[in-house]
Amino acid sequence: MEALLFNVDSGFLEAIVRGYKAGILSQSHYANLTQCESLEDFRTQLSATDYGNFLANEPLPLSTSTISDRATGILVDQFNYIRTNAVAPLSKFLEYITYGYMIDNVVLLITGTLHERDTHELLERCHPLGVFDTMPALCVATNVEELYQSVLVETPLAPYFRDCLSASDLDDLNIEIIRNTVYKAYLEDFHHFCSSLGSPTSDVMHRLLSFEADRRTVNITINSFGTELSKEQRAKLFPAIGRLFPEGNNQLAKADDIDQVRVVCENISEYRSFFDGASSSANSESHGTMSQLEDRFFNMEVHLNKQSFLQQFQYGVFYSYMKLKEQEIRNLTWIAECIAQDAKDRIQDFIPIF
Amino acid sequence: MAYLRAYFSYGLPTFLVLLIALYLLFTDSGEAFNVGRFLEESSPYAWGATGIGLCLGLSVLGAGWGIFVTGSSILGGGVRAPRITTKNLISIIFCEVVAIYGVIIGIVYSAKLSSVSNDVLYTSENYFTGFALFWGGLTVGTCNLLCGVSVGVTGSTAALADAADPDLFVKILVVEVFGSILGLFGLIVGLLMTSKAQEFVAAAAIVAPLVQ
Repeated sequence: MEALLFNVDSGFLEAIVRGYKAGILSQSHYANLTQCESLEDFRTQLSATDYGNFLANEPLPLSTSTISDRATGILVDQFNYIRTNAVAPLSKFLEYITYGYMIDNVVLLITGTLHERDTHELLERCHPLGVFDTMPALCVATNVEELYQSVLVETPLAPYFRDCLSASDLDDLNIEIIRNTVYKAYLEDFHHFCSSLGSPTSDVMHRLLSFEADRRTVNITINSFGTELSKEQRAKLFPAIGRLFPEGNNQLAKADDIDQVRVVCENISEYRSFFDGASSSANSESHGTMSQLEDRFFNMEVHLNKQSFLQQFQYGVFYSYMKLKEQEIRNLTWIAECIAQDAKDRIQDFIPIF
Repeated sequence: MAYLRAYFSYGLPTFLVLLIALYLLFTDSGEAFNVGRFLEESSPYAWGATGIGLCLGLSVLGAGWGIFVTGSSILGGGVRAPRITTKNLISIIFCEVVAIYGVIIGIVYSAKLSSVSNDVLYTSENYFTGFALFWGGLTVGTCNLLCGVSVGVTGSTAALADAADPDLFVKILVVEVFGSILGLFGLIVGLLMTSKAQEFVAAAAIVAPLVQ
């Protein structure tokens, strides 16, 4: 029934996003890009795509960070265009997408302040989608309560920070705990909000958010091996959504090595392939396993996000487009980095989208 | 909250209907609720005119609905792929045709209306004409409403599919054509339903003996 009235408010924007999605680089574009000899070549190749001549006004020794910044700038412009044209509940949905970036920005600022970095430099490194007005004031905080009371009350993230007030002072471990607690609260809230939008938005988004939650759960588990994070604390960081929840989460909370993680993931057929070929003697090669796992997670994410375009009249396409585009920017940065450092043997390690 | 809403949407109307029914029953005026008398006493003109109104109104509603569902998608899809806008006008035309079906039937039906004075109006032929126009109009209207919605949703999908991959346009257009035929079924049946009904005529031969 959603087809009857969806287009009243969001039909135009959905079609716009599908248009944007048609501009995502395809295999043949990547094949051309990987053949480039220099970054100037790279720029010429990109100007034939939807990116156009976005690097035209840059001074000539191009750096990879400029490329990724400008590409992100294009994505932000597109997002803001959609956002200014959106009405509720789509505007709320788009706001939820920005919360994820806001959390990253807050954590970045706190970490930076902790290591006494320059505030302005930090503010420039923040993701432009997660910018909010009171952000510069975050740099004065030294403990969570102060952080919460001085600044975060004003931001939409306040409800998520409420749960981690118990962490008294900020050190590196605590910041990671805060990041994950906040992200867990965010994912659960987003999941709940999507349920309130009804089918088919909820169907599509639950699939994406469940995977995101599972990915975080597995990553937290693997990263906490050999640290001072206790198992009770670890269990508190797992989002209470996702396909591993609740049984898999309980087992992961008790896991001691990567083999146990593998056993838990094998209960879900889609996740079974993640640990294929990972050596059982995990400690010696844990870095290789982790990056391989990360790649497989990204592959799966791209696969799931592509699927959400198969359904019309739902909001999932907006979220998926952002995720796919982010992956594309990561790919571009990777290829540009490989060209700049002349590491042609690893240039194929990006994740193709279409 | 949900309980309260369910109560007000289902419970309250039921309660009111029951209250009125019991009031009529216990005040000895249960006869006031009489379907047969209502059908006999309401003017055939009222039935006929309501039928024509429903026929045209619902058809235009369906067409308009379809056009906005399709149109908003064409607008958005046309931003990156301007070539789709001309091709996909076909979808808009398919929606528009639905309104034209309603207009045709409305004109055919209104030809059966003619002025007859009130005391010679209530004959069985005129009843038949009135009811035929009403139910015929309702058939055509509902058919066209649903046809318009179905063509609109398919048209919106066709526009987006065309924008993504030009090869898909013809394939989805076939689906859309079949959807637009549904309205034609309503048109045919609506014509057949009133083919036996004549114009409203004065009842000279029947009323005369009663007057004597």
